[in-house]
Amino acid sequence: MVENRPWLTFAAHAVLLLGVLIVAFPVYMTFVASTHDQATMLSGPVPLLPGRFLVDNYRTVLASGLGASSSSPPVGLMLLNSLVMALAIALGKIAISIIAAYAIVYFKFPFRMAFFWMIFITLMLPVEVRILPTYEVVANLGLLNSYAGLTIPLIASATATFLFRQFFLTVPDELTEAARIDGAGPLRFFRDILLPLSGTSIAALFVIQFIYGWNQYLWPLLVTTGEDYYTVVMGISRMVNVVDAAAKWNLIMAVTLLAMIPPVIVVILMQRQFVKGLIETEK
Amino acid sequence: MIKQVVFRARLLPYLLVAPQIAITLVFFIWPAAQAVKQSVFIEGPFGGNAEFVWLENFKALFTDPSYLHAARVTLVFSAAVTLASLAMSLLLAVMTDRVVRGAAVYKTFLIWPYAVAPAVAGVLWGFMFNPGIGIFSYLLNHYGYDWNYVLNGGQALFLVIVAAVWNQLSYNFLFFLAGLQVVPKSLIEAAAIDGAGPGRRFWTIILPLLSPTAFFLLVMNVVFAFFQTFGIIHAVTQGGPAKATEILVFKVYNDGFRGLDLGGSAAQSVVLMVLVIGLTILQFRFIERRVHY
Repeated sequence: MVENRPWLTFAAHAVLLLGVLIVAFPVYMTFVASTHDQATMLSGPVPLLPGRFLVDNYRTVLASGLGASSSSPPVGLMLLNSLVMALAIALGKIAISIIAAYAIVYFKFPFRMAFFWMIFITLMLPVEVRILPTYEVVANLGLLNSYAGLTIPLIASATATFLFRQFFLTVPDELTEAARIDGAGPLRFFRDILLPLSGTSIAALFVIQFIYGWNQYLWPLLVTTGEDYYTVVMGISRMVNVVDAAAKWNLIMAVTLLAMIPPVIVVILMQRQFVKGLIETEK
Repeated sequence: MIKQVVFRARLLPYLLVAPQIAITLVFFIWPAAQAVKQSVFIEGPFGGNAEFVWLENFKALFTDPSYLHAARVTLVFSAAVTLASLAMSLLLAVMTDRVVRGAAVYKTFLIWPYAVAPAVAGVLWGFMFNPGIGIFSYLLNHYGYDWNYVLNGGQALFLVIVAAVWNQLSYNFLFFLAGLQVVPKSLIEAAAIDGAGPGRRFWTIILPLLSPTAFFLLVMNVVFAFFQTFGIIHAVTQGGPAKATEILVFKVYNDGFRGLDLGGSAAQSVVLMVLVIGLTILQFRFIERRVHY
């Protein structure tokens, strides 16, 4: 701060508090809604203070979804599916991108640039714009309703490859020379020198890609028809858009909260890696 | 582009790029090529006897009132989302950069919505504006405003815009904050000594220096509003009421999977691909030049 202006500082805090409030309010309402029974929810506007059904509601959704009468799978299973999907996408992306970037930076071979551009193109083709043909490919490969179908098509990532390439280019050549003089081959150099050096980049990417994988919506919506493979984010919308009478909002809001807790915790606990990952992958 | 010191190996580099290239070919390039191919054919919904029709599908698309309507909705939607979230996040970032006490705490409390899936953000706001039980609809109705987004198209559009802005706020906030933190302090101090007040310093020094960040975010927000908001629309309004919130991405999905109009949906995909490619090129040209004052 350059000069002391008490009023401006006060205004800044006021604006920030208002911002925090706007950001947090929907989540507070969700929490409140998830602690009431259905009768309270149906009788008018949602109360502003928590009720007494917190434990009951969460036990119900985790064990049996929206209750025995509905066709939704238990939320415990959906959370597990989301976790599998998020981890597989995050780790898979990191693994295949780091080796591809290694090949492109550290080797001279025919078609190197062709491969580089081919990877670059994936940046321009988000799932949303090629859903139907991609769905056909996955269906023809018999991957519908499987973890493979949920994850593999989303594993290729230009951004992760670029991030590693960018990082490798900053690693001093002297390290490579020294390793070569000491008799290390390319795989040994990768494993013993490059991989340990990439630790922070890997952590940063992991946070971003975990959130990306957890929050996938359209793709699981398309490739899962069996409830065994529902992920929690897409499962919620199936619950909201029930055709029959009254949606069980207290239970749905409990599921909603459960669906956002894991990625939010990852962001808050790994805040530094998250900020680094976000700002570096998008550059 | 490449190291001065490289390794020599014949087969190894191909093995290393193989997984990435295989997935790219099978799940990106092949489907994209298929979309381009399908976009010039008319196919029966049960497959078989596809007929080559040149650009007929595109011609049909651009004369189809419902497609033009979706394009207009997308424009309004993405302009509103981009402008609102950029303005709000810039304000919050400037304030966070200003305060000394508690800046880290504010930051933590402002960035976590990034982790919330768009569909979940949609459900959160849809719940608060739910005509029957939502807290905001209760207040609105109480004060005499007739709120029911399930029936009123304009209100539905407003709702999905609010949810999208909320969802995108933290992303913009982080980039603006990062941009603000590299503005040289000496410039600000020099201006202060010359008698420029906080407002003047913001408009003449900070904002011009932030313009590269702002431009980058502009493109990213348009991309977000065009593509990633599918979850919000699908979970909250399903494009309704009466297609008032049907954005282009939702229409691709709807025509392809519900309407089974392969050619039409593929033509829409191709249009969107051209759009993304255009936006990406814009982005990269800009990164090479880096506008600075």
